[in-house]
Amino acid sequence: MTASINAQMALVALNRFGLGARGGNSGDLANAAADPRGFVKAELASPRTALLEGPNLRPTEDLFAELYGLLRQRREALAQAKQIANQTAPNTQASDASPSPTPPASPQPPRPNVNIVQDRFQADALARIQRAHAPACGFVERLVGFWSNHFCISAIKGPGVRITAGAFEREAIRPHVLGSFADMVKAVEQHPTMLAYLDNAVSVGPNSRAGQNRRRGLNENLARETLELHTLGVDGGYTQADVTALARIITGWTIVGPPGQLGRPGTFAFNKNAHEPGPQVLLGKTYADEGVVQGEKALNDLARHPSAARFIATKFARHFVADQPPPALVEKLTKVFRDSDGNLKALSLALIDDDTAWSAPLTKMRSPYDFIIAASRMVARGPGQPQRYLGSLRLMGAPLWQPPGPNGFADTNAAWATPNGMKTRLDIAGQIAKRLGNLTDPEEALDAVAGEAASAETRQAIGRAESREQAMALVVMSPEFQRR
Amino acid sequence: MTLHTPSRRQLLVTGGALFAWSYLPRFAHAADGRDPRFVVMILRGALDGLAAVAPISDPAYQALHGQQALSASGDKPALPLDNFFALHPAMPNFARLYGLRQAAVVHATTTAYRQRSHFDGQDVLESGYRLPGKTDSGWLNRALEQLPKGERIAVKGKGLAVGASTPLILRGGASVTGWAPSTLPAVQDDLEQRLLALYRERDSGLASALEQGVAIEKVAQREAGSMRPVGGNVIEAMRIPARGAAKLIAANDGPRFAALAFDGWDTHVNEGGTTGRLAQLLAGLDGAIEEFEKGLGDSWKNTVVAVVTEFGRTARINGTAGTDHGTGTVAFLAGGALNGGRVIADWPGLRDADLFEGRDLKATTDLRGVMKGLLADHLGLGATVLGERVFPESQDVKPMKGLIV
Repeated sequence: MTASINAQMALVALNRFGLGARGGNSGDLANAAADPRGFVKAELASPRTALLEGPNLRPTEDLFAELYGLLRQRREALAQAKQIANQTAPNTQASDASPSPTPPASPQPPRPNVNIVQDRFQADALARIQRAHAPACGFVERLVGFWSNHFCISAIKGPGVRITAGAFEREAIRPHVLGSFADMVKAVEQHPTMLAYLDNAVSVGPNSRAGQNRRRGLNENLARETLELHTLGVDGGYTQADVTALARIITGWTIVGPPGQLGRPGTFAFNKNAHEPGPQVLLGKTYADEGVVQGEKALNDLARHPSAARFIATKFARHFVADQPPPALVEKLTKVFRDSDGNLKALSLALIDDDTAWSAPLTKMRSPYDFIIAASRMVARGPGQPQRYLGSLRLMGAPLWQPPGPNGFADTNAAWATPNGMKTRLDIAGQIAKRLGNLTDPEEALDAVAGEAASAETRQAIGRAESREQAMALVVMSPEFQRR
Repeated sequence: MTLHTPSRRQLLVTGGALFAWSYLPRFAHAADGRDPRFVVMILRGALDGLAAVAPISDPAYQALHGQQALSASGDKPALPLDNFFALHPAMPNFARLYGLRQAAVVHATTTAYRQRSHFDGQDVLESGYRLPGKTDSGWLNRALEQLPKGERIAVKGKGLAVGASTPLILRGGASVTGWAPSTLPAVQDDLEQRLLALYRERDSGLASALEQGVAIEKVAQREAGSMRPVGGNVIEAMRIPARGAAKLIAANDGPRFAALAFDGWDTHVNEGGTTGRLAQLLAGLDGAIEEFEKGLGDSWKNTVVAVVTEFGRTARINGTAGTDHGTGTVAFLAGGALNGGRVIADWPGLRDADLFEGRDLKATTDLRGVMKGLLADHLGLGATVLGERVFPESQDVKPMKGLIV
């Protein structure tokens, strides 16, 4: 192979499959050029590669416990404030225009430290961003991003989801990105964060003991999205009756509250009192009421359904290769998914081994997250604080762990190569260049991220730039850097 | 948001036009030659309708709102709208428009949603469905899709989403263009031009997108001065996106529908009365409406601005000088096309027995009927389309009549 073909393959390895070459002396581009497939596959050797641990990263139950504590403090503070307000109330009842000479101090509750929610969120965000700077290729982190978006939650739902957004990804997504799809489905649908996000924690079987006693009833949200977005896909061949059946099957799947009657607060629990009794028919199969096992069996079958194989294979190929992925590739991935019983490492290897995955032109856009990570890898600078990254993502319409709906962020060119999106990206590139333009030589940076694969036009534009700062902005906005 | 990728030749032909699809005929409404504009502003967090437009003659109001109640007298008297209702003094511009019959208030209104989650309430408000959980498309986008095809309107990007991401109300099948006031320092024109030159050589898709993005930004900023709010100024921060959006929908080849969202209305603590937090926000809203009036110029006469929120707040002040999540609230309507100068309300009263679940202003007007009335008379959408497609399963909610001049 000629040098330029090698360079092109290296670009595919680093940009299509990875997070972009790291600058400095990383040698990423040369290593990728020497053995492109081996470079990507190297990260798949150990399933532990995807795990993320650290002293500031807490398990979900600890985070919920912290939140419960905050909420209790706040309730107590409110009650106290109310008491004060009641004591002073007689003075404030008068509604005439003359103000009382000494207005009572307005009832100000001591503010609980709500910043804890934001602190925990940011600790996880920082760990994720720092991790993205470590690997040579970054394929596993891309897999984490893909699956995390597939099974997304949104921090906008409320403090419970926000404080555990990162823990959800660490606990339900990362352990399984090179494991079994069925295991990931189970981990996700039983995770407290998902149960909160899609309301299953409050879903009650109408004929359960709790349903008979209270006004609350069935909430179909999680069941619907499990079928439509997580497993079978919208055209996967299910009906409204199946949605309702699955919703009944997973009634009682909830989060242990502060009193801890069902277990340790903040963990998953099966609440028999809220579970709809009796057998349910889902996709033509009858599931006997075996408590939590009824739902686990149902999820297991959904994860192995032929529609799920096709749905996941299509989405996977669309993410990595093209908005309209090559049909033969989708067929191949579907078959691998089915034959391997949803083994996600096998799915990844099949993608890497496919020739069209390497020969298809680089027509996709880097997502906002992949873009800012690639820029920061290029200058070989991991962050000490996450705020600037989180702010940039917000400006680009892709706030971390906060997609617009349960279908996640869009994964097509149309979503990111918009007029507003490109203008914002350019403004952010301007900021990056301002901070770093004088610390790195732009031509060296271009060599590090694209090398021989850089077009003559790009090289020329950078060579003719009026300043290093301008040249750096052009490097990160160049088609070679934006496309993958 | 979708990317329009014309061929290089098309790009050259359309040259300096704001939108690459501007060769399409202008949005022309029926035979009367009107070119209507429609703007929806969403107040996220739930606006306290009783604080914004106070029923000062309701005998129960003063007691419920205590120290925070508006009054016809005092330092900052409320602005009288009729014998019963008065407007918050932070909204003098709205009061002026009301006097010109170019503004109206709908009171004791909300969507079909009767729970109290912001998240679900906003989904219902924006999706136009009866229940939460439908987040594929919003009613304003579906209205765009339903505009009469015979007039070859709404083909591309006739909706403008203001903000970093498209709000649910404008998501869906009809293509929408986005613009957000930049909070970053703008890059030099020279860098823009160099990058565009590179894209034109190497990547026509990125060239087309960036070219439009730059053009949109220039129109939005035209004569607008700085787009950056001065340190934490709430009022200016709300005027800025409105100012840019007004320029864009005023442009001959610009979009005709716009959606904006403002956060911060969840006033659980220290809501304030004639001054304070809510007063600041209302002043910002008043400013945003004024920006549309000024920025649209002649086209203001063909414009309707609707200001809506997911639900109201408790009728009583809570223990922390604020209000909690409630039900009925107000919608503000403004615009030269509006048959205004009225408060539209089937007033439910504020005695304990009148309150919804003993705590909230009852909603007696379905907000969907108000929006349907605007879409019917301002944009010519039929009752069937409105009842089945735009607001699904709402045939029983009649479009409100007589809202448009």
